[in-house]
Amino acid sequence: MINMKIVYFFVLSFAVFINGFFSTAVYAENTFTIGYLELKKDPRYKKKRLLARFTGQALGRPFAGAEVAIKEAKYHGIDIDTVLLLERKTVKKEELTSAVEEFNNQGVQFIVLDLPSFETAELLKKIKGKDIAFFNATSYDNTLRNESCQSNLFHTLPSHAMLMDALAQYLISKKWKNILVLEGELAEDKQMSSAFEIAAKRFGLKIKDKRIFKLGNDPRERSKNNVALLTKGDFDVIFIADTNGEYARDLPYQSLKPNLIVGSEGLSASAWHWGWERHGAPQLIKRFIKKHKRLMENTDWAAWMAVKVIAAGVQDTKSTDYKKITAYLTADNTVLDTFKGHASSFRPWNNQLRQTILLTTHNWVVTRAPLKGFLHQKNNLDTLGNEKRNSKCVF
Amino acid sequence: MFNIFQEALNSTMKYLLIAALPIFLLAPAISHAKNTGYIFVSSEKDNSVAVLDGKTYKQIKKIETSDRPRHLAFNADKTKILAACGEGNSIDIIDIAKLEVTDKINDDIEDPEAFDVSPDGKYLYISLEDDGALGVLDMAEKEMIKTIEVGEEPEGVLANPDGKSVYVTSEVANTVHVIDTATWKVTANIKVGKRPRRFALLASKNELWVTSELDASISIIDLATNKVKDTIRFEAKGFRKEDITPVGIAMTNNGKTAYVALGRANHVAIVDIASHKVKDLMLVGERVWNIELNKNESLLFAVNGLSDDISIIDTKKKKVIKSVAVGRVPYMAIIDD
Repeated sequence: MINMKIVYFFVLSFAVFINGFFSTAVYAENTFTIGYLELKKDPRYKKKRLLARFTGQALGRPFAGAEVAIKEAKYHGIDIDTVLLLERKTVKKEELTSAVEEFNNQGVQFIVLDLPSFETAELLKKIKGKDIAFFNATSYDNTLRNESCQSNLFHTLPSHAMLMDALAQYLISKKWKNILVLEGELAEDKQMSSAFEIAAKRFGLKIKDKRIFKLGNDPRERSKNNVALLTKGDFDVIFIADTNGEYARDLPYQSLKPNLIVGSEGLSASAWHWGWERHGAPQLIKRFIKKHKRLMENTDWAAWMAVKVIAAGVQDTKSTDYKKITAYLTADNTVLDTFKGHASSFRPWNNQLRQTILLTTHNWVVTRAPLKGFLHQKNNLDTLGNEKRNSKCVF
Repeated sequence: MFNIFQEALNSTMKYLLIAALPIFLLAPAISHAKNTGYIFVSSEKDNSVAVLDGKTYKQIKKIETSDRPRHLAFNADKTKILAACGEGNSIDIIDIAKLEVTDKINDDIEDPEAFDVSPDGKYLYISLEDDGALGVLDMAEKEMIKTIEVGEEPEGVLANPDGKSVYVTSEVANTVHVIDTATWKVTANIKVGKRPRRFALLASKNELWVTSELDASISIIDLATNKVKDTIRFEAKGFRKEDITPVGIAMTNNGKTAYVALGRANHVAIVDIASHKVKDLMLVGERVWNIELNKNESLLFAVNGLSDDISIIDTKKKKVIKSVAVGRVPYMAIIDD
């Protein structure tokens, strides 16, 4: 028996090696594989972008976070004699559907998605009616949680709406009420600024003006590209929605008046920050740096969290059953650990992970939301993002 | 309001008066640094251990240590204090007579957090946060003789006085690992509440109590079967579950009462061990972390990580009689009495 187990272990180790699985396998009879799907050429991870270190944006492929998480999950399947594995598929856009089918044929029913929002929505439309749960780890898109939501699509990354609510809570708690909104031309910039406008209304900020910025030096468009001209006026704070990041980077210290900058630069609302020091975060960040030789950012955390919630499902339900685990994720009494404080759980009305949001500068966490005094009748975390009553998600 | 202060003042005065006597009685012993009455408090961000006078609670010294001292424990004859310094990768040894670090053990120790000394004093069992392992340090050789792989972020460590087993929690695996000291192998993995932190051993019932920070609970493990036989959940009116984050635990010698630090709830709970019921809550400082009883169990020292102080509780009155500032992010207090 012992010999058989050893032989099996070597076979398993070899299988792990040749298939490119990622796990620190403790011995077990069974395996449970979590899929990870990403794009071969993803503009978000172009070398130049990564090196630019735009505030809050990726410093590398978020798969790094998933790898750290699977190591943390080495004992999660022990009660059912199961080892948890992680398998990565990096494919072209047109191969996404077939990659999911391949996963499905292998028996993989839990897949972490590192895809832009458009690809996520398209993929989910094509793969309907199958028992596969997807975990969006890299898109902040509000529509994925509303109009184009799916009952088998979970979100560990917060939405723009959640982030902007956190930011608005902070500004109103400081009584910095008068805001200039700067908005870029990308669709996601508009989504971010409109989320901020909703948040401003929700928490009582005054948006004094809204202006469109444009990258470039064209003198004919200087009212849009010249920072001094663009920021003229009397405001407490300038909010900028620039999901690309190049314009926002140039804003601090360049405004006409000595304004504070928030949004895509200056003070940001974040899912994660490497400067966070509570709830076990320093240990996680240390593990991450040790393995990947870089700092841990928002989407690294969301990919880590996605693997963690699946692993928690296996551990707490003592099973690998699709129905049991997905029911567990949205159950009322489920408690998930984000390493950010506050017991987290998924909102059953749109499968969004309710969570603490960090308010961060380039190298520090100033505070976290929900801020003190922002109370909700059921769960204070629901002062951030869409509540059931204003959700446009119908499963 | 006035009454509360008066009462606190009175009780403090009483302690001062009672305190005056033993100072003379103990005078000859002080040269051997025995039973100094000192309270030692480690501070994570100050890289020091504060020494408080046991009567006046005045800080009499700040002992410089390696970076980020956390867990503290006495050696067998109580002449020294061992301090696990996480970022200094060291176990610092503080000489109580000299009140300074006189030695350091840093053989292969990466990010030590909590530890326990084996009953024979030969080994130090240390949770190595970074490595996801329990380290076994030979105290005579000052050498790490073994590391045993456990779940990531190991935290609380307890050596069973029978010398046969060591228990260690893994914060991220939500598991208590049982390690056999004869073979240095993990012999059982017991799933407990989320983010298990600290232990207390109830020898009379062969039970191991484990606090779970994110589950607002204590799991009670029957050591005969290595199974969780009961769970105590902390809930109180006016508190949200997510703010109740139990960590430190201390039990009275008669096995009747357990004190549990409730973290963010800023209270210490009094638990009746026989009925597993919470009897009372005592308000302390912010994010109360570790707690420690003095020898005669008249006082309980609660270490408040986010208000940089300790609360000194009169266990009879169930009330804080004094709070004392100690340093940035205090972690643990031990009392030399």
